Amino acid sequence: MDGNLNMIGYGLAAIGPGVGIGLIFAAYISGVARQPEAQGRLQSIAILGFALAEALAIIGIALAFVL
Amino acid sequence: MTMKTGITMAAEGEGYVAPGPASFDFSEVPLFELGGLAVTKPMVQLVLGAVIVFAFFYAAFRRASIVPGRLQFAGEAAYGMVRNSIGRDIIGSRDFAKFVPYLVALFFFLLINNAFASIPAIQFPTFSRASMAYALAGLSWVIYNGVGIHKHGLIGYLKLQSVPSGVSPVMYPLLVPLEFFSNILVRPATLALRLFANMFAGHLLLILFSTGGLFLIEYGGIGYVAGPLAWVLAIAISFLELLVQFLQAYVFTLLNAMYISGALADEH
Repeated sequence: MDGNLNMIGYGLAAIGPGVGIGLIFAAYISGVARQPEAQGRLQSIAILGFALAEALAIIGIALAFVL
Repeated sequence: MTMKTGITMAAEGEGYVAPGPASFDFSEVPLFELGGLAVTKPMVQLVLGAVIVFAFFYAAFRRASIVPGRLQFAGEAAYGMVRNSIGRDIIGSRDFAKFVPYLVALFFFLLINNAFASIPAIQFPTFSRASMAYALAGLSWVIYNGVGIHKHGLIGYLKLQSVPSGVSPVMYPLLVPLEFFSNILVRPATLALRLFANMFAGHLLLILFSTGGLFLIEYGGIGYVAGPLAWVLAIAISFLELLVQFLQAYVFTLLNAMYISGALADEH
Protein backbone atom coordinates (compact mmCIF):
# COMPACT_ATOMS: atom_id res chain seq x y z
CA MET A 1 0.00 0.00 0.00
CA ASP A 2 1.50 3.28 -1.05
CA GLY A 3 0.40 6.82 -0.51
CA ASN A 4 1.52 10.14 0.70
CA LEU A 5 2.10 11.02 4.35
CA ASN A 6 0.92 14.54 3.51
CA MET A 7 -2.62 13.27 3.29
CA ILE A 8 -2.53 11.87 6.84
CA GLY A 9 -1.17 15.23 7.94
CA TYR A 10 -3.98 16.96 6.14
CA GLY A 11 -6.52 14.68 7.81
CA LEU A 12 -5.13 15.66 11.21
CA ALA A 13 -5.03 19.32 10.25
CA ALA A 14 -8.69 19.21 9.19
CA ILE A 15 -9.80 18.27 12.71
CA GLY A 16 -9.37 21.84 13.94
CA PRO A 17 -11.45 23.59 11.29
CA GLY A 18 -13.99 20.74 11.53
CA VAL A 19 -14.53 21.36 15.24
CA GLY A 20 -14.55 25.11 14.60
CA ILE A 21 -17.21 24.92 11.88
CA GLY A 22 -19.30 22.66 14.12
CA LEU A 23 -19.14 25.20 16.95
CA ILE A 24 -20.05 28.07 14.62
CA PHE A 25 -23.16 26.35 13.30
CA ALA A 26 -24.13 25.11 16.77
CA ALA A 27 -24.08 28.71 17.97
CA TYR A 28 -26.00 29.81 14.88
CA ILE A 29 -28.70 27.17 15.37
CA SER A 30 -29.18 27.95 19.05
CA GLY A 31 -29.23 31.66 18.25
CA VAL A 32 -31.97 31.17 15.68
CA ALA A 33 -33.88 28.88 18.08
CA ARG A 34 -33.84 31.58 20.75
CA GLN A 35 -34.62 34.44 18.42
CA PRO A 36 -35.99 33.33 15.04
CA GLU A 37 -36.45 36.89 13.78
CA ALA A 38 -32.67 37.45 13.97
CA GLN A 39 -32.00 34.73 11.39
CA GLY A 40 -31.18 37.15 8.59
CA ARG A 41 -28.47 38.91 10.56
CA LEU A 42 -27.11 35.74 12.14
CA GLN A 43 -26.91 33.94 8.81
CA SER A 44 -24.36 36.26 7.23
CA ILE A 45 -22.30 36.32 10.43
CA ALA A 46 -22.37 32.52 10.60
CA ILE A 47 -21.35 32.18 6.95
CA LEU A 48 -18.50 34.63 7.50
CA GLY A 49 -17.28 32.65 10.49
CA PHE A 50 -17.64 29.44 8.51
CA ALA A 51 -15.59 30.92 5.67
CA LEU A 52 -12.84 32.05 8.03
CA ALA A 53 -12.62 28.68 9.79
CA GLU A 54 -12.73 26.90 6.45
CA ALA A 55 -9.80 29.00 5.24
CA LEU A 56 -7.57 27.00 7.60
CA ALA A 57 -8.66 23.72 6.04
CA ILE A 58 -8.08 25.19 2.60
CA ILE A 59 -4.58 26.36 3.42
CA GLY A 60 -4.03 22.82 4.71
CA ILE A 61 -5.19 21.11 1.52
CA ALA A 62 -3.14 23.50 -0.59
CA LEU A 63 -0.02 22.73 1.44
CA ALA A 64 -0.80 18.99 1.39
CA PHE A 65 -0.59 19.03 -2.40
CA VAL A 66 2.29 21.50 -2.64
CA LEU A 67 4.72 20.22 -0.02
CA MET B 1 -13.28 14.05 -23.16
CA THR B 2 -12.41 12.05 -20.08
CA MET B 3 -9.38 10.41 -21.60
CA LYS B 4 -7.18 11.02 -18.61
CA THR B 5 -9.53 10.12 -15.81
CA GLY B 6 -9.04 7.06 -13.69
CA ILE B 7 -11.57 4.98 -15.61
CA THR B 8 -9.43 4.47 -18.72
CA MET B 9 -6.21 4.32 -16.76
CA ALA B 10 -7.62 1.54 -14.60
CA ALA B 11 -8.63 -0.39 -17.70
CA GLU B 12 -5.12 -0.16 -19.16
CA GLY B 13 -3.08 -1.07 -16.08
CA GLU B 14 -3.47 -3.99 -13.70
CA GLY B 15 -4.33 -2.13 -10.48
CA TYR B 16 -6.66 0.72 -9.70
CA VAL B 17 -5.19 4.11 -10.43
CA ALA B 18 -6.67 6.64 -8.04
CA PRO B 19 -7.78 9.93 -9.60
CA GLY B 20 -5.51 12.87 -8.88
CA PRO B 21 -4.70 16.33 -10.17
CA ALA B 22 -4.03 14.71 -13.57
CA SER B 23 -7.78 14.05 -13.91
CA PHE B 24 -8.28 17.81 -14.16
CA ASP B 25 -5.66 18.38 -16.84
CA PHE B 26 -7.20 18.93 -20.26
CA SER B 27 -4.06 20.30 -21.91
CA GLU B 28 -3.50 17.05 -23.83
CA VAL B 29 -7.05 16.95 -25.20
CA PRO B 30 -7.87 20.45 -26.49
CA LEU B 31 -11.24 20.86 -28.17
CA PHE B 32 -9.93 23.07 -30.99
CA GLU B 33 -7.21 25.57 -31.73
CA LEU B 34 -7.77 29.27 -32.02
CA GLY B 35 -4.89 31.23 -33.53
CA GLY B 36 -2.29 28.77 -32.24
CA LEU B 37 -3.85 28.70 -28.77
CA ALA B 38 -5.29 25.37 -27.66
CA VAL B 39 -8.81 25.86 -26.33
CA THR B 40 -9.79 23.31 -23.68
CA LYS B 41 -13.08 22.34 -22.11
CA PRO B 42 -12.84 24.60 -18.99
CA MET B 43 -12.18 27.65 -21.20
CA VAL B 44 -15.26 26.91 -23.29
CA GLN B 45 -17.30 26.45 -20.11
CA LEU B 46 -16.14 29.80 -18.78
CA VAL B 47 -17.37 31.59 -21.90
CA LEU B 48 -20.55 29.51 -21.96
CA GLY B 49 -21.25 30.47 -18.33
CA ALA B 50 -20.90 34.17 -19.10
CA VAL B 51 -23.14 33.83 -22.17
CA ILE B 52 -25.83 31.95 -20.19
CA VAL B 53 -25.90 34.56 -17.41
CA PHE B 54 -26.07 37.40 -19.93
CA ALA B 55 -28.75 35.68 -22.00
CA PHE B 56 -30.89 34.89 -18.95
CA PHE B 57 -30.92 38.42 -17.58
CA TYR B 58 -31.22 39.96 -21.05
CA ALA B 59 -34.23 37.77 -21.84
CA ALA B 60 -35.77 38.41 -18.43
CA PHE B 61 -35.56 42.21 -18.59
CA ARG B 62 -35.68 42.88 -22.34
CA ARG B 63 -39.34 43.74 -22.27
CA ALA B 64 -39.76 44.61 -18.62
CA SER B 65 -43.35 45.34 -17.74
CA ILE B 66 -45.03 46.48 -14.54
CA VAL B 67 -46.87 43.17 -14.25
CA PRO B 68 -43.97 40.72 -14.68
CA GLY B 69 -44.24 37.61 -16.80
CA ARG B 70 -42.87 34.30 -15.62
CA LEU B 71 -39.34 34.86 -16.91
CA GLN B 72 -39.21 38.41 -15.59
CA PHE B 73 -40.46 37.19 -12.23
CA ALA B 74 -37.67 34.61 -12.07
CA GLY B 75 -35.13 37.26 -13.07
CA GLU B 76 -36.42 39.69 -10.45
CA ALA B 77 -36.39 37.04 -7.73
CA ALA B 78 -32.80 36.09 -8.61
CA TYR B 79 -31.67 39.70 -8.78
CA GLY B 80 -33.52 40.67 -5.61
CA MET B 81 -32.04 37.78 -3.64
CA VAL B 82 -28.46 38.94 -4.26
CA ARG B 83 -29.37 42.62 -4.05
CA ASN B 84 -31.07 42.34 -0.67
CA SER B 85 -29.42 39.47 1.17
CA ILE B 86 -25.86 40.17 0.02
CA GLY B 87 -25.69 43.76 -1.23
CA ARG B 88 -27.96 45.72 1.09
CA ASP B 89 -27.40 43.70 4.26
CA ILE B 90 -23.61 43.68 4.03
CA ILE B 91 -22.54 46.89 2.27
CA GLY B 92 -25.31 48.97 3.85
CA SER B 93 -28.17 50.90 2.24
CA ARG B 94 -26.06 54.01 1.60
CA ASP B 95 -23.44 52.67 -0.80
CA PHE B 96 -24.65 49.31 -2.04
CA ALA B 97 -26.48 50.31 -5.23
CA LYS B 98 -23.46 50.72 -7.48
CA PHE B 99 -22.01 47.33 -6.51
CA VAL B 100 -25.19 45.33 -7.12
CA PRO B 101 -24.55 44.70 -10.85
CA TYR B 102 -21.08 43.33 -10.05
CA LEU B 103 -22.36 41.13 -7.22
CA VAL B 104 -25.31 39.76 -9.20
CA ALA B 105 -23.16 39.01 -12.23
CA LEU B 106 -20.49 37.42 -10.04
CA PHE B 107 -22.93 35.27 -8.10
CA PHE B 108 -24.72 33.85 -11.13
CA PHE B 109 -21.52 33.43 -13.11
CA LEU B 110 -20.11 31.38 -10.22
CA LEU B 111 -23.36 29.48 -9.72
CA ILE B 112 -23.62 28.37 -13.34
CA ASN B 113 -19.93 27.50 -13.56
CA ASN B 114 -20.16 25.43 -10.36
CA ALA B 115 -23.39 23.84 -11.54
CA PHE B 116 -21.56 22.61 -14.65
CA ALA B 117 -20.13 19.97 -12.32
CA SER B 118 -23.57 18.36 -12.08
CA ILE B 119 -25.04 19.13 -15.51
CA PRO B 120 -25.00 15.93 -17.60
CA ALA B 121 -22.62 15.90 -20.59
CA ILE B 122 -20.53 18.73 -19.10
CA GLN B 123 -19.85 17.40 -15.58
CA PHE B 124 -16.77 19.44 -14.87
CA PRO B 125 -16.63 22.37 -12.44
CA THR B 126 -14.85 25.21 -14.23
CA PHE B 127 -13.29 26.53 -11.05
CA SER B 128 -11.60 23.25 -10.21
CA ARG B 129 -8.87 24.75 -12.38
CA ALA B 130 -7.03 26.99 -9.91
CA SER B 131 -6.02 29.60 -12.50
CA MET B 132 -9.67 30.46 -13.20
CA ALA B 133 -10.34 31.05 -9.50
CA TYR B 134 -7.17 33.15 -9.15
CA ALA B 135 -8.30 35.39 -12.00
CA LEU B 136 -11.69 35.96 -10.38
CA ALA B 137 -10.12 36.66 -6.96
CA GLY B 138 -7.68 39.04 -8.65
CA LEU B 139 -10.62 40.98 -10.08
CA SER B 140 -12.20 41.20 -6.64
CA TRP B 141 -8.85 42.31 -5.13
CA VAL B 142 -8.60 45.15 -7.65
CA ILE B 143 -12.20 46.18 -6.98
CA TYR B 144 -12.12 46.32 -3.19
CA ASN B 145 -8.73 47.96 -3.01
CA GLY B 146 -9.67 50.39 -5.78
CA VAL B 147 -12.87 51.34 -4.01
CA GLY B 148 -11.04 51.86 -0.72
CA ILE B 149 -8.23 53.94 -2.25
CA HIS B 150 -10.79 55.98 -4.17
CA LYS B 151 -12.61 56.81 -0.95
CA HIS B 152 -9.82 57.22 1.62
CA GLY B 153 -6.74 57.94 -0.49
CA LEU B 154 -3.80 55.54 -0.55
CA ILE B 155 -2.39 56.40 2.88
CA GLY B 156 -5.78 56.59 4.54
CA TYR B 157 -6.81 53.27 3.03
CA LEU B 158 -3.63 51.47 4.12
CA LYS B 159 -4.14 52.91 7.60
CA LEU B 160 -7.75 51.73 7.64
CA GLN B 161 -6.82 48.21 6.58
CA SER B 162 -3.69 47.71 8.65
CA VAL B 163 -4.05 49.75 11.87
CA PRO B 164 -6.60 48.04 14.12
CA SER B 165 -8.74 50.33 16.23
CA GLY B 166 -9.00 50.12 20.01
CA VAL B 167 -5.50 48.70 20.46
CA SER B 168 -2.76 50.45 22.38
CA PRO B 169 0.07 51.76 20.14
CA VAL B 170 2.52 49.47 21.98
CA MET B 171 1.07 46.55 20.04
CA TYR B 172 1.33 48.23 16.63
CA PRO B 173 4.74 46.77 15.61
CA LEU B 174 3.22 43.32 16.06
CA LEU B 175 -0.27 43.92 14.69
CA VAL B 176 0.25 46.28 11.77
CA PRO B 177 2.30 43.87 9.61
CA LEU B 178 -0.07 41.06 10.57
CA GLU B 179 -3.18 43.02 9.62
CA PHE B 180 -1.59 44.22 6.39
CA PHE B 181 -0.59 40.67 5.53
CA SER B 182 -4.03 39.33 6.34
CA ASN B 183 -6.16 42.05 4.74
CA ILE B 184 -4.19 42.88 1.62
CA LEU B 185 -2.11 39.82 0.74
CA VAL B 186 -3.84 36.69 2.05
CA ARG B 187 -7.44 37.65 1.28
CA PRO B 188 -7.35 37.10 -2.50
CA ALA B 189 -5.41 33.84 -2.02
CA THR B 190 -7.91 32.35 0.44
CA LEU B 191 -10.80 33.64 -1.68
CA ALA B 192 -9.47 31.82 -4.74
CA LEU B 193 -8.31 28.72 -2.90
CA ARG B 194 -11.63 28.29 -1.08
CA LEU B 195 -13.54 28.16 -4.35
CA PHE B 196 -10.92 26.06 -6.11
CA ALA B 197 -10.39 23.55 -3.30
CA ASN B 198 -14.10 22.96 -2.76
CA MET B 199 -14.79 22.38 -6.43
CA PHE B 200 -11.63 20.31 -6.85
CA ALA B 201 -12.23 18.11 -3.80
CA GLY B 202 -15.90 17.53 -4.63
CA HIS B 203 -15.18 16.51 -8.20
CA LEU B 204 -12.26 14.34 -7.13
CA LEU B 205 -14.53 12.55 -4.66
CA LEU B 206 -17.11 11.91 -7.38
CA ILE B 207 -14.46 10.51 -9.76
CA LEU B 208 -13.09 8.33 -6.97
CA PHE B 209 -16.44 6.82 -6.02
CA SER B 210 -17.69 6.25 -9.57
CA THR B 211 -14.49 4.81 -11.07
CA GLY B 212 -13.67 2.97 -7.85
CA GLY B 213 -17.14 1.38 -7.86
CA LEU B 214 -16.57 0.16 -11.42
CA PHE B 215 -13.18 -1.27 -10.50
CA LEU B 216 -14.63 -3.07 -7.47
CA ILE B 217 -17.39 -4.69 -9.57
CA GLU B 218 -14.84 -5.84 -12.15
CA TYR B 219 -12.69 -7.17 -9.31
CA GLY B 220 -15.51 -9.48 -8.18
CA GLY B 221 -15.90 -11.18 -4.79
CA ILE B 222 -16.67 -8.65 -2.10
CA GLY B 223 -16.57 -6.03 -4.85
CA TYR B 224 -20.09 -7.05 -5.92
CA VAL B 225 -21.28 -5.61 -2.59
CA ALA B 226 -18.82 -2.74 -2.21
CA GLY B 227 -19.02 -1.52 -5.82
CA PRO B 228 -22.76 -0.72 -5.89
CA LEU B 229 -22.40 0.75 -2.40
CA ALA B 230 -19.75 3.12 -3.75
CA TRP B 231 -22.14 4.14 -6.52
CA VAL B 232 -24.93 4.80 -4.03
CA LEU B 233 -22.49 6.99 -2.10
CA ALA B 234 -21.54 8.75 -5.34
CA ILE B 235 -25.21 9.66 -5.85
CA ALA B 236 -25.44 10.92 -2.25
CA ILE B 237 -22.27 12.98 -2.74
CA SER B 238 -23.74 14.45 -5.94
CA PHE B 239 -26.56 15.92 -3.87
CA LEU B 240 -24.08 17.22 -1.29
CA GLU B 241 -22.15 18.78 -4.18
CA LEU B 242 -25.28 20.65 -5.32
CA LEU B 243 -25.39 22.24 -1.87
CA VAL B 244 -21.67 23.02 -1.92
CA GLN B 245 -21.90 24.57 -5.39
CA PHE B 246 -24.56 27.00 -4.23
CA LEU B 247 -22.83 27.67 -0.92
CA GLN B 248 -19.47 28.43 -2.52
CA ALA B 249 -21.01 30.86 -5.03
CA TYR B 250 -22.83 32.50 -2.11
CA VAL B 251 -19.76 32.65 0.13
CA PHE B 252 -17.55 34.05 -2.63
CA THR B 253 -20.04 36.83 -3.36
CA LEU B 254 -20.70 37.47 0.32
CA LEU B 255 -17.00 37.84 1.06
CA ASN B 256 -16.63 40.18 -1.91
CA ALA B 257 -19.40 42.34 -0.47
CA MET B 258 -17.77 42.18 2.95
CA TYR B 259 -14.37 43.25 1.63
CA ILE B 260 -15.99 46.14 -0.24
CA SER B 261 -17.86 47.21 2.88
CA GLY B 262 -14.64 46.96 4.91
CA ALA B 263 -12.86 49.15 2.37
CA LEU B 264 -15.69 51.69 2.48
CA ALA B 265 -15.95 51.77 6.27
CA ASP B 266 -15.45 55.13 7.93
CA GLU B 267 -12.43 55.45 10.15
CA HIS B 268 -13.23 54.80 13.73
